[in-house]
Amino acid sequence: MNMTEFEKIILTEIPNLHKIDVYEQHGGYSALRKVLGMTPDAVIDEVKKSNLRGRGGACFPAGLKWSFMPKVSSKPKYLCANGDESEPGTFKDRQIFEYNPHVFIEGALIEAYAIGAQMVYVYIRGEYKKWIDLLQVAIDDAYQKGYIGQNILGSGFTTHIQVYRGAGAYICGEESSLMNSVEGGRGYPRVKPPFPAQSGMWGCPTTINNIETISNVPAIINRGWEWYSKIGAPKHPGPLLYGISGHVNKPGVFELPTGVLLTDLIYNYCGGVKNGKNIKAVIPGGSSTMWLRGEELEGVRMDADSLKAVGTSIGTAGVIVMDEDTDVIKVLTRIAHFYHHESCGQCTPCREGTGWMEKILRRFLAGEGTLQDIDLLLDVANNIEGNTICALGDAAAWPVQSVIKKFRGEFEKRAKKSPSVTRYVKPPHLVEVTAV
Amino acid sequence: MLSEENLKKIEALKPRFQTTQALTLPVLWMIQQQHGWISSEAMQYVAQLLNVPVSHVYGVVTFYTMYNQKPVGKYHLQVCTNVSCMLNGGGELRDHVCKRLGVKLGETTSDNRFTVTEVECLGSCGTAPMMQVNDDYFENLSLEQVDELLEKLN
Ligand SMILES: Cc1cc2nc3c(=O)[nH]c(=O)nc-3n(C[C@H](O)[C@H](O)[C@H](O)COP(=O)(O)O)c2cc1C
Ligand code: SF4
Ligand code: FES
Repeated sequence: MNMTEFEKIILTEIPNLHKIDVYEQHGGYSALRKVLGMTPDAVIDEVKKSNLRGRGGACFPAGLKWSFMPKVSSKPKYLCANGDESEPGTFKDRQIFEYNPHVFIEGALIEAYAIGAQMVYVYIRGEYKKWIDLLQVAIDDAYQKGYIGQNILGSGFTTHIQVYRGAGAYICGEESSLMNSVEGGRGYPRVKPPFPAQSGMWGCPTTINNIETISNVPAIINRGWEWYSKIGAPKHPGPLLYGISGHVNKPGVFELPTGVLLTDLIYNYCGGVKNGKNIKAVIPGGSSTMWLRGEELEGVRMDADSLKAVGTSIGTAGVIVMDEDTDVIKVLTRIAHFYHHESCGQCTPCREGTGWMEKILRRFLAGEGTLQDIDLLLDVANNIEGNTICALGDAAAWPVQSVIKKFRGEFEKRAKKSPSVTRYVKPPHLVEVTAV
Repeated sequence: MLSEENLKKIEALKPRFQTTQALTLPVLWMIQQQHGWISSEAMQYVAQLLNVPVSHVYGVVTFYTMYNQKPVGKYHLQVCTNVSCMLNGGGELRDHVCKRLGVKLGETTSDNRFTVTEVECLGSCGTAPMMQVNDDYFENLSLEQVDELLEKLN
């Protein structure tokens, strides 16, 4: 697709779009009006055909997920909107709350109508106090205008939107943990099945989608699935909010079609690498995704299938760029510290394994790692992957596996030649905590 | 323990959830907003108010990092050192703040003005390095800007 034809639908250039009257002047809430005259099944069908896929990390087809909700239910049904946004390298949902909260609210109302939810919980990380307040203003305005609440626009459909503030826990972005958090408990992930559509909030049918996923819906309804499905990569279409950070000149969030060249993002949109340096490594989709070496970037496109083909994933499209001077073991240790800190502790492989990985990596930083430690580290990672209740375990293992695979030489250079002496290293929560 | 205004807010929230337990996090936020931290008396109060066991409230307070289990300074400086910040000087920022205030991570200055903690990614990776001071974000920080900021916070 020609970039000059691309029209942004979420982070548009329209000034003051966060105000409800400006949003309305630009066609806002017309998709909601249209939907209220359709059957819920027709709405789900439209979203299915559009091929919209989840923007929260797993790329699950949104329409298909909605269709899992029971049509008839003696229990209430719920929608949870996931604004936990805690994956390192990810800072996009925040832009929606700030610049275009109504496109999210309208999308959430449409989804609630399609799945028959009488309540929408918007879960937002506790640190985002400012953005919670901004969204609340928008919600209050939408209530005032009759878009939310009893008998919306005289249609007979009733739903509410309630913001729920998290309190500092990455794991609460995991969907079942999020539901436990909204129920007022510790954010422990649940064993699946049952899936949320069968048994979610208080055991009732629930659907969970990311904030950005939901924000794509009004345009699909207004312009039709055919228009939407032609944007970007055919199997993973639509506009995408790419967040680029690290060693680039102009970091930020860019709304572009899926499938742009990674090198285009870095060199054209972000003004290249700081101080004109070369790239050593790139994390393509948030800290949980497998790394790419600088030499591997040519021709790589940013969509689900293209990244899968090169052994990694799109994740949250949070790209982190590292220049040639980066100490990759130090960065990996920081990531390992993160997963160890955020593990909820329910599963032994994750609770213990994330700590072991951090410990071994710290040995390398201290010049105490050995050649055997490289394989031990890999072994620990391999034993976490696939053996846990939720995907945090995998997310902790993948970066370690990929960095050993791609930068084994760095470990070997750093390794002490004599065999390792096992020594006690205080777990990080007992020492004065300095992450790295 | 909670203001009339907050008690009213709690009543308004109740119909939005199937159980009163769901109000645990919101009510703990109100406690922290009024008192700055969550004491064991506060936990008992919350348990009574919501008709849930104290152990439940304690479990929640200790699970989430943002609930302060002891008093913090007037300004809580939360420095991000996760990857994007780290690549842009987050570690130096953390060390600089600690050194300037003469405290270690987790400690509060003797005049009770500042507490410094290290935090995980705050969703400001594109404007790294950054720190959060109470509820506010300060982004794209140079060490000089931090010095100026600390001067201004009184
Ligand atoms: C450890 C962990 C953390 C997650 N954090 C988030 C998050 O912050 N935001 C988000 O939308 N999804 C997050 N997810 C993915 C959710 O579980 C879920 O798949 C997603 O919200 C579904 O929305 P989508 O289909 O629209 O992408 C996380 C998953 C895991 C395993
Ligand atoms: S994988 Fe880790 S975070 Fe997920 S449930 Fe198990 S212990 Fe908790
Ligand atoms: S890494 Fe510091 S805000 Fe994301």
